Amino acid sequence: MKLQEHRAKRLLESYGIAVPEGYLIRNEGEVLPVTDPVVLKAQVLSGGRGKAGGVRLASSLEEARNAAKDIFGLTISGYRPKEILVETEVDIDREIYLSIVIDRSAGLPLLLLSTEGGVEIETVPEEKIGRWHIHPFVGVKDFMVRGMIERLGLEGRSKKEFDRMVRALWILFYEMDCELAEINPLVLAEEGEIVAADAKVTVNDDALWRHPELSDAEEELTQLETEAREKDIAFVQLEGDIGVIANGAGLTMATLDNLSLHGGRGGVFLDLGGTDDPKKVEDALELMLKASPKVILLNIFGGMTRCDSVASGVLAVKKRLGISVPLVTRIRGTNEKLGRDMLSEAGVIALGSLDEACRKASEIGGS
Amino acid sequence: MSIILSSETRVIVQGITGHQGTHQAGAMLDFGTKVVAGVTPGKGGERVKGVPVFNSMRDAVSSTSANASIVFVPARFAMDAVLEAIDAGIETIAVITEKIPIRDSMEFIQYARIKGSRIIGPNCPGIASPGLSKVGIMPNAIFSRGRVGVVSRSGTLTYEIVNALTEAGIGQSTCIGIGGDPVIGTSFVEVLRLFEEDKDTDSVVLVGEIGGTAEEEAARFIGDHMSKPVFAYIAGRTAPPGKRMGHAGAIIARNMGTAQSKIDSLTEAGARIASVPQEIPRLIEKEC
Repeated sequence: MKLQEHRAKRLLESYGIAVPEGYLIRNEGEVLPVTDPVVLKAQVLSGGRGKAGGVRLASSLEEARNAAKDIFGLTISGYRPKEILVETEVDIDREIYLSIVIDRSAGLPLLLLSTEGGVEIETVPEEKIGRWHIHPFVGVKDFMVRGMIERLGLEGRSKKEFDRMVRALWILFYEMDCELAEINPLVLAEEGEIVAADAKVTVNDDALWRHPELSDAEEELTQLETEAREKDIAFVQLEGDIGVIANGAGLTMATLDNLSLHGGRGGVFLDLGGTDDPKKVEDALELMLKASPKVILLNIFGGMTRCDSVASGVLAVKKRLGISVPLVTRIRGTNEKLGRDMLSEAGVIALGSLDEACRKASEIGGS
Repeated sequence: MSIILSSETRVIVQGITGHQGTHQAGAMLDFGTKVVAGVTPGKGGERVKGVPVFNSMRDAVSSTSANASIVFVPARFAMDAVLEAIDAGIETIAVITEKIPIRDSMEFIQYARIKGSRIIGPNCPGIASPGLSKVGIMPNAIFSRGRVGVVSRSGTLTYEIVNALTEAGIGQSTCIGIGGDPVIGTSFVEVLRLFEEDKDTDSVVLVGEIGGTAEEEAARFIGDHMSKPVFAYIAGRTAPPGKRMGHAGAIIARNMGTAQSKIDSLTEAGARIASVPQEIPRLIEKEC
């Protein structure tokens, strides 16, 4: 789960990491009198906020109100900002990049540090990025911090502050089950103060049960995505018109790929998980109907469940809700012939070959 | 010989009294696996499918000399179960459970390294060597004994491919699902090395998907160290960036982990690429 910036900053603050002074508004009337220049930041999770006009500077109340009004009127990657973070502008001496991510190859957290802050890390040349793996049984040790401080060339107060904050960030990363904790830029302000001017924190979805305090954090999910999550179904909306249901993530992706070879375009990725439980098939079909695709392709590779019981599930939904769009099924496994016969009799296209099913669905989708 | 398992592998089912544990214990027994014990704290003394249940891994190991385990314990308690298995000296631990927090997986995988245990998974279908043993949940009926090794990040997609191999008369030495999570215990590279050394494996099928760089690392190993032919299929060519496609690890992030990058690396390393899963048996028939 990606946290909104203001939420991420509150978290940093609770671990003793300094963030700019600020407050949250839900409409332009909530802007407070401006003494020092402020920056107004749209609270949206998608990237490209700055380019879309979601970050504005203001040095008077009137300017700030106008900027807030503009920002609330924006649509950034499909989302309208509901909140704006109003912060006192920080005096920037230097900008640094600091993050901890999970290095999948090593299976360990990796700390990334660069003297070039304020730009996307992907654009920074390799040799300018310092890397330290943090072993969970060892943590951040003195020698690592010395290496970081040397790399940054810090002295005096900022050296001490950095030492404290980098250890705090690791504790936060660990305790909060983060996949990403990124501070960019980390600002060296005047008098050696170190402030997190922006923050991105992603908490591992599978660990959210350990963090009930985040249960009210707002996520940018569509109605259908929310419903899918409640039913424990993996659901991704795509740009095409063919709704694909399959059991297992790999199989669902493979089905979408196979469609594309026949010119078909997937509109929904719906993964039941590694199950062929007829009840789950029913839930999935119901959900898929709400996404109103032009055609539905159901691809089940049966493991333990019998194909005839999957077929009964499909027919039950057909009877209960009616399926107004063409349904192409491809079902393999125990009793597959019986299952296909049951479906065919009820007017559902039932095939045994995945390639053939993909061709059929693509034809219908493309027509 | 096959890899990792043998007919002598003695297996404990952790979480045997749960619905999935009981069901899969039966399926493994049907496959011919030596399931020697089950463990569920508080249920010691019971029997499930004729298999004795113990309260702890320590008790189960000392009574049965088991050397492998399979974990069905729910995500919140999975880390404890895996650590207990490592502590009891289990050599091979297949973690089937999905949705285990990454931090937990990271820690039990590191602990396993220190203690010399092998973790397969988590979020995986396990491992099967037809005719010998299965420590996993793959359907028994899809397998046939033979000389092709299969390694995959996926579950049902692997069943699909193994089934297609069997239908084409191509048997398997060992099939292993390494898991769909971002952090896993046994990598493609480790499995490829074992297959390369295994005298009962002639060629290898690798099933990858978008996300991470495991396939690119596999390609490097194939180019540098593999003499046996490798046939690969990569799922997710049409997946959009930034979306998690079912598996926690299946996400194109920061321009990394695209299917094309994996296909290019594997092609360059000399692997044959199938554009659809069903093409794999045809490619093998042509080559071997």
